[in-house]
Amino acid sequence: MTNEDLQNIITGLGTDLEFTTEASEFLNVIVPKEQLHSICSQLKSHPELKFDYAFCITGMDWVPALGVIYHLNSTELKHEIVVKVMVEDRENPTLDSVHDIWQTADFHELEIFDFFGIKFNNHPKLRRIFLTPEWEGFPLRKDYVDEANMIIK
Amino acid sequence: MTDQQAQNKIKTEEYFINMGPQHPAAHGVLRLILTIDGEIIKNVEPDLGYIHRSIEKMCERDSYQQIVHLTDRMDYLSSHINNEAVCLTVEKGLEIEVSDRVKVIRTIIDELTRIASHCLWWGVMGMDLGALTSYFYAFRDREMINDIFEETCGARLTMNYNVPGGLMFDIHPNFVKRTKDFITHFKTKIPEYDRLLTGNVIFQKRTKGVGILTKEDAISFGVSGPTARASGFSSDVRKHHPYSAYDRVNFKEILFTEGDTFARYQVRMMELWESISIIEQLIDNIPEGETKAATKAVIKLPKGEFYQRVETARGELGVYINSTGNKNPYRVKFRSPGFSNLSVLNHISKDVLIGDLVATMASFDFVIPDIDR
Amino acid sequence: MNFTQMIIPLNITKTISDWIYSIMPETAASYTIMVIIAVAYLALFAVAGLYLVLLERKVAAWFQLRIGPNRVGPWGLLQTMADALKLVSKELTSTIKIDKFLYNLAPYFVIVSALMAMAVFPFSEQFQAFDINIGVFFLIAISSIGVIGILLAGWSSNNKYALIGAMRSGLQTISYELSVGLSILTMVLLTGTLQLSEIIEAQRTGGWLILQGHVPSIIAFMIFMVAGTAETNRAPFDLVEAESELGAGFHTEYSGMKFAYFFLAEFINMFIISSIAVVLFFGGWLSPFGITENIAWFPQVFWFLIKVLGLIFLMMWFRWTFPRLRVDQLLTLEWKYLLPLNLMNIVLMAIVIWLNWTI
Repeated sequence: MTNEDLQNIITGLGTDLEFTTEASEFLNVIVPKEQLHSICSQLKSHPELKFDYAFCITGMDWVPALGVIYHLNSTELKHEIVVKVMVEDRENPTLDSVHDIWQTADFHELEIFDFFGIKFNNHPKLRRIFLTPEWEGFPLRKDYVDEANMIIK
Repeated sequence: MTDQQAQNKIKTEEYFINMGPQHPAAHGVLRLILTIDGEIIKNVEPDLGYIHRSIEKMCERDSYQQIVHLTDRMDYLSSHINNEAVCLTVEKGLEIEVSDRVKVIRTIIDELTRIASHCLWWGVMGMDLGALTSYFYAFRDREMINDIFEETCGARLTMNYNVPGGLMFDIHPNFVKRTKDFITHFKTKIPEYDRLLTGNVIFQKRTKGVGILTKEDAISFGVSGPTARASGFSSDVRKHHPYSAYDRVNFKEILFTEGDTFARYQVRMMELWESISIIEQLIDNIPEGETKAATKAVIKLPKGEFYQRVETARGELGVYINSTGNKNPYRVKFRSPGFSNLSVLNHISKDVLIGDLVATMASFDFVIPDIDR
Repeated sequence: MNFTQMIIPLNITKTISDWIYSIMPETAASYTIMVIIAVAYLALFAVAGLYLVLLERKVAAWFQLRIGPNRVGPWGLLQTMADALKLVSKELTSTIKIDKFLYNLAPYFVIVSALMAMAVFPFSEQFQAFDINIGVFFLIAISSIGVIGILLAGWSSNNKYALIGAMRSGLQTISYELSVGLSILTMVLLTGTLQLSEIIEAQRTGGWLILQGHVPSIIAFMIFMVAGTAETNRAPFDLVEAESELGAGFHTEYSGMKFAYFFLAEFINMFIISSIAVVLFFGGWLSPFGITENIAWFPQVFWFLIKVLGLIFLMMWFRWTFPRLRVDQLLTLEWKYLLPLNLMNIVLMAIVIWLNWTI
């Protein structure tokens, strides 16, 4: 299915969706964070989309916004899209968890929570999976400073 | 007191034990917090980060040529394939077409890496199940591959043979001969592996029907590589998104439907034959050509997002590079196969015995630096 | 006095015993002799145990395309001696949470019960410390005491791995004790005596018991070797220490010489199981087809050791080729297969003897 066809179908799933194919090999869909869960579950269940395989979930710090990028693939229909979601609040960023749609999100959301500090609603057990529980700050954010351990040129 | 009352009186208490970070079954510093009732596992909670070096953060500070030297430390058993993934992403961004010679050499070394990795996996799989001898058999043959690597690029494990735009230098004059010798030798050794372990009754009893992963779960949990293919999930990147010279060779994607530990074992054993076949198709006709395309001294990727997937010995490795046009990437993400594969462990290890968990883990072929990055 | 008795070393012991009796009152002399025999056995089997460790390492190396120990002494012969010295000189570390008394007691339980069993073995016609008329029964009884030491070790270490290992050991020994006992009983039906020397004597004319009892004997032998391997907690039944599951199992918290006791006991137990098999199935110190029967100077102990080493090699072969069983498979094998087979085998043996079908 071509990117245009995908765009036509996905447009109907929510409101205020932005589409772009600029500077990327995939069709990018930017989703408002309130609609993330509903759109994702439709992406998976829609008979013409069937995005059942989330092959990459990336945390992202577009200063000032934080966000998550979902690379999705349909194992049956062989098409791929990228879903992006942004959250402006740096102090207490919160998104909906999609672990009930793609179970792989469970671990990837833990990783994102650990390094970007994005909290996920309804996540079964949000914890610091890599760092120690008392670690301060979120290392992969652009404004993270650790003078002792980081070598910045 | 009736039996039923007695049953109610006897209560068992769940307790937890640590499997790792220093434990012979975890090949590296993986810590699993097991909740156990007697010997029956109720919950497996991985606790990671013991070898986390934050390669993704380091990449944000380094230039593209430098990144290549970090990635071979992720999945050290697929070091060449990891480096290739980064190089392919950068090449995709720069829109460089590498020569056929580079593609073929990369593919041959990819497959040698895969054989070496599967050899090590076979050895430790036997060891985890208590058959210590397999380890030495596997290492005898793996050593020959390491020698070839050493002659080719100077390193035996964490190779830095790839650079963006091609290879660091041409292959050694002995490369073709030694690779052929290895293939002839190894073809006689795989049946030996089968005689030692595959056919063993105890081995089959320990692995058949253990740790069953369904196809739906495999897809949902993002499991990839031989682990996914044992469940019938056709996930071979080499087939679906061919890179390097994989579009010009014939090979089968090994698929099983059982999804148990024995199926995962068989997938890897049969992949050894497929890797041999790929090497045999390529080794005799390595085309002539440049080994390195001309790149600028400072590589600047154009603004944009670049994604490249390759098939390592453990599964699908994805490299996501977000560039703002500088000499450093803005964000690099490695989608490592081990991390996603690990996420399914708890799901398929409910209500099994400790021995089953060890067998399942062995068949997943975890490399901890790959999970931790 | 014939020629045989003159040159075998037992005459030296007879001289020593005569001399001790001549300088001491009778009671004191008998006690002194007992102590001397005990010390001699202890030294002998400690060294024998060490060399079994070396043998295991050489056999393992042979199976694994390696050379094995070859640096200390000629062909590495002194390697395990050096290891033992190292272990003796090591600090005995332990955690603070252990139950001190039981923790220290456990290794002695294991090693003493292993060494006690050695007392009744007839290495040759004269070389036997105690020839008691319940020899076989004594062996079964003694060899099951060792498990108490393992249970104590696991319990007192206050370590979860050790506890799981010890519990596994308990259920394993209790289960496989049945098979060991029943397969021995099958052979006792044939000999009609529990005295080890008489069991061997019965094989001098009729041929080895494994031939005399043909089919049921062979079945009994197979069951005995499987169950015996399980009794000694060796692979493929080494769930007790299963290093990929439990670290080191019941001896996780032991170090230095206390660990060495457990280690040594495992090898002595292997020797015991092989010795029982040799006595019950392969004619003990009797030579095959009586080929050295008339050669007076030929040491009978040679045949005993050759046969024992053969069976030990078999057990090492198991260890270096088989994967480990899972704990439920271990129990299934015993209770669903070996035990019913064994019970039928006893009946079969009884019928064979009743109908005089023995060879």
